[in-house]
Amino acid sequence: MSRRPYVREVSPTSWYFRMPRYMRYMAREVTSVFIGIYTVILLVGLARLSDGDLAYQGYLAALRQPSSIVFHVLALAFSLYNSFTWFNVAPKALPIQIGEEFMPDSVVAGGHYVVWVALSLFILFWAGVF
Amino acid sequence: MAKSNKPIIWGTFAAGGELVSLVTPVLILLTLLAATGHVPDALSYAKLHAFAAGWFGKLVIFVILFLSLWSQAHRLRITCFDFGMRADGVVAVVFYLIATVGSLASLMYLARI
Repeated sequence: MSRRPYVREVSPTSWYFRMPRYMRYMAREVTSVFIGIYTVILLVGLARLSDGDLAYQGYLAALRQPSSIVFHVLALAFSLYNSFTWFNVAPKALPIQIGEEFMPDSVVAGGHYVVWVALSLFILFWAGVF
Repeated sequence: MAKSNKPIIWGTFAAGGELVSLVTPVLILLTLLAATGHVPDALSYAKLHAFAAGWFGKLVIFVILFLSLWSQAHRLRITCFDFGMRADGVVAVVFYLIATVGSLASLMYLARI
């Protein structure tokens, strides 16, 4: 070790402000906060459902609070960002090799989008939205 | 060979990431509709209770909650580190504990329906 080692100053709390790429990475990281909280909201819904009709009506009433609506809108935006970035990186995480060639990135990502739209429409239809 | 818990954590992270990407936006849309007073048919007490009473509904609900809890617990742990929290051991215990308790609680709630 040299007597004067080169130490690069990197702040552990604000390093991501240096580059837009880092900011986009952190924006994706933050989606886990919203999806995590939303999962707990779903879990509470299951708990109220198991408590009976009255408890479940109370849960539906709580969902109608303005703060809940604001959270839902934010969570929807963040979860969409999470989905898009996941589908776009899927070809890198899941390269499909056929013989010598790899399946084109657009096919793997496009396949994810097709499945996503079809599944979302199916769930909306099943739920009686249309 | 050294034992590692990484495959288990990573398995739920990968499967959870895929599932969360595919179904979370539409689930949020459904509860957003309920939040604005337009409760979807499937979220009425009678319909949702009937769905959760069958084995298939129980399985669907459990898989969604289990994978969401574990994948987001793992992601939140990494997010805390990225924001400068270096007490990774404590953070990991807290989030994985929440995921464990949440998973067990969801099983208990489903058993009661």
